[in-house]
Amino acid sequence: MDIWYSQMDTDNVKTSIRIDKQLFSEHSDYQRIDVFQSKEFGKMIALDGEIIFSEADEFIYNEMVVHVPMAVHKHVKDVLIIGGGDGGVAKTLIQYPEIESIDVVEPDEMFIEVSKKFFPETAKGFDDDRVNIINMDGLRYLRRCKDKYDLIINDSTDPFGHTEGLFTKEFYGNCYHALHDDGIMVYQHGSPFYDEDEAAFRAMHRKAFRSFPISRVYQASIPTCPAGYWMFGFASKKYHPLKDFNPDKWNARNIKTWYYTTHLHLGAFMLPKYVEDILNEEENRG
Amino acid sequence: MDLIAQRNAPIFEAMQELRKRRVVPFDVPGHKRGRGNPELLEFLGEKCVGVDVNSMKMLDNLGHPISVIHDSEVLMADAFGAKSAFLMVNGTTSAVQAMVLSVIKEGDEILLPRNVHKSVINALVLCGGIPVYVPVDVNSRIGIATGMKVSEVKRIMDAHPNAKAIFVNNPTYYGIASNLREIVRLGHERGMKVLVDEAHGTHLYFGDQLPISGMAAGADLAAISMHKSGGSLTQSSVLLAGENMAPEYIRQIINLSQTTSASYLLMVSLDISRRNLALHGQESFQKVSNMAEYARSEINDIGGYYAYGRELIDGDSVYDFDVTKLSIYTRDIGLTGIEVYDLLRDEYDIQIEFGDLGNILAYISIGDRIRDIERLVGALEDIKRLYENEKKELYCGDFITPDLVLNPKQAFYSEKVQLPLKEAIGKVAGEIVMCYPPGIPILTPGELVTEEIVEYIEYSREKGCDLQGTMDPECREICVIK
Repeated sequence: MDIWYSQMDTDNVKTSIRIDKQLFSEHSDYQRIDVFQSKEFGKMIALDGEIIFSEADEFIYNEMVVHVPMAVHKHVKDVLIIGGGDGGVAKTLIQYPEIESIDVVEPDEMFIEVSKKFFPETAKGFDDDRVNIINMDGLRYLRRCKDKYDLIINDSTDPFGHTEGLFTKEFYGNCYHALHDDGIMVYQHGSPFYDEDEAAFRAMHRKAFRSFPISRVYQASIPTCPAGYWMFGFASKKYHPLKDFNPDKWNARNIKTWYYTTHLHLGAFMLPKYVEDILNEEENRG
Repeated sequence: MDLIAQRNAPIFEAMQELRKRRVVPFDVPGHKRGRGNPELLEFLGEKCVGVDVNSMKMLDNLGHPISVIHDSEVLMADAFGAKSAFLMVNGTTSAVQAMVLSVIKEGDEILLPRNVHKSVINALVLCGGIPVYVPVDVNSRIGIATGMKVSEVKRIMDAHPNAKAIFVNNPTYYGIASNLREIVRLGHERGMKVLVDEAHGTHLYFGDQLPISGMAAGADLAAISMHKSGGSLTQSSVLLAGENMAPEYIRQIINLSQTTSASYLLMVSLDISRRNLALHGQESFQKVSNMAEYARSEINDIGGYYAYGRELIDGDSVYDFDVTKLSIYTRDIGLTGIEVYDLLRDEYDIQIEFGDLGNILAYISIGDRIRDIERLVGALEDIKRLYENEKKELYCGDFITPDLVLNPKQAFYSEKVQLPLKEAIGKVAGEIVMCYPPGIPILTPGELVTEEIVEYIEYSREKGCDLQGTMDPECREICVIK
């Protein structure tokens, strides 16, 4: 038997992964959820057909959205994760003892249940006492928050699916409002390589750049992402990701990682020319 | 309603059959299933262009329906509780005009509220009928026209006992309904026909807890914008007739101006939408109501905005309220509706139905999803945070009582001269002026141009309203009677 999962990166490019077996497939109220067992990437979860998480490369993603802001912000106590139904980001955050609360706002209960069942190692992030799960739409939850968080991590990846509201101007505005005066927001910035993703990439930076005084973009190589290349946004009210970066303090924590290092932190913000050009163009747009 | 029969969709089925037969076309349209226009085919798709066909034996003819269109109209009438129904392919405008032309002849009076759609006035230009306005109150809190009070209707009816018909909006663009049952009773008592504009009321036929529909209230004719809440394609519409109307005569009136090449895309969309409404309408509109109610409560929670609902009901000028409408008063955050409308489009990529001086209207329908509602609410909150201004008083000049000097037909066909607005004061208007949307006239042919009206037009322009109707595209000049 020969089963292949294919993700259409564009109409003309696809990434295919051999599947050992399909472990789960259901429609929740929000999306279609599939879990596959693969040889190369281990277990993977796909939302509406797009891989958002695989056992093989999830560490890259989780470390990059957590350690980068944590090595910059001086004292993170309260964190909000928007989306994050797989628990990977929460699992990475609980390594920091100074964090007092982690609110995970994920509307899709089925996604959380599926993660707990098939990815118990990752979902154990949910077991920590500091973690509260809130089943609510992210935009709706944010409307009620003011000056409440030190760090917001937007863990939603798809600007065109049911999470599209989390890539809008109102979302960035609402996040700004929900953060303390020195708050940081980290979000999925997509992949700039293929033409059809570029427009979304531009729009995201334009919105964040106008909503926050500091707005930079950083990168990572993630094999299951389109073109294997993924960007993150760092939007901040006060701290600069490089000027306020404190490598010694972070290294003293002795957190075990597989991807992130304080050297890599610096490098991640050094972008290819074509990406820099795109960002500059959006910043200089009236 | 015969629910078993409603499972059929005669036009739809005939078109599927046609597709299967692979008939070789030596008739119009000349694009021949799209082959003659590859760019259009690529854009709209073979499925769509391939069924853009003309009347033929197996598809019937809208000008004289005897087979599948006839059957579809019978099902339509049954679904809406009407005696007869007519598929319309030139918008609800054509349905409204057919209503007026069916009952009003040269010199006949028709009673109507001023906040009618311009299509009614244009119909009077065509037939020479005389409008008699029933004054409507303006709600001073939100600056919108309400419905007609029964006492006012009665007073005007008594003053114009020979009027042939009364025209009712059910509901208004904003969702306000008059006491239709009582107006029908009063009208019929005096031998007047009751015409109902249900351009914003398709769903009233398929919901609990919604204002009564025209046909259920015993009205004689109703114009239904299926393409608004009913889900059919833009420009498709339906005209319904009650017991005491002769369908053969209405058909003749419709045929006076109807195309002889009616679009089957429009007609099949009506057929499929009717089936869907008949079978699932109740459930769908319950969802729409729930979404609108959710949005209302979330928006009112933000503070500053007023998303109004059933609390407006006063048993008279607001006899009932259509809860599927999401109308929001914005002046308390210091922004006009038009300003919020523009911000939503330009800054948040959200297109709403319209903004006027004090309000916006977001159209909620069977195609909406709760996550889109969250976006709208989120954007409104962000707008309040970023753009809130000092609260401004609302210009309450809406619905200035018009002074009709000539009937619309006479005025329209008189010798006219184009003058700047200010210089036109004191003259009689020869054309219509309106804000679009909602397309409700500020000035109609035959009315006196007053200082107050000119001021209102200028104020609307300054606030960003899109003024239309005049020959001058900028609406700085107006045609008046020499």
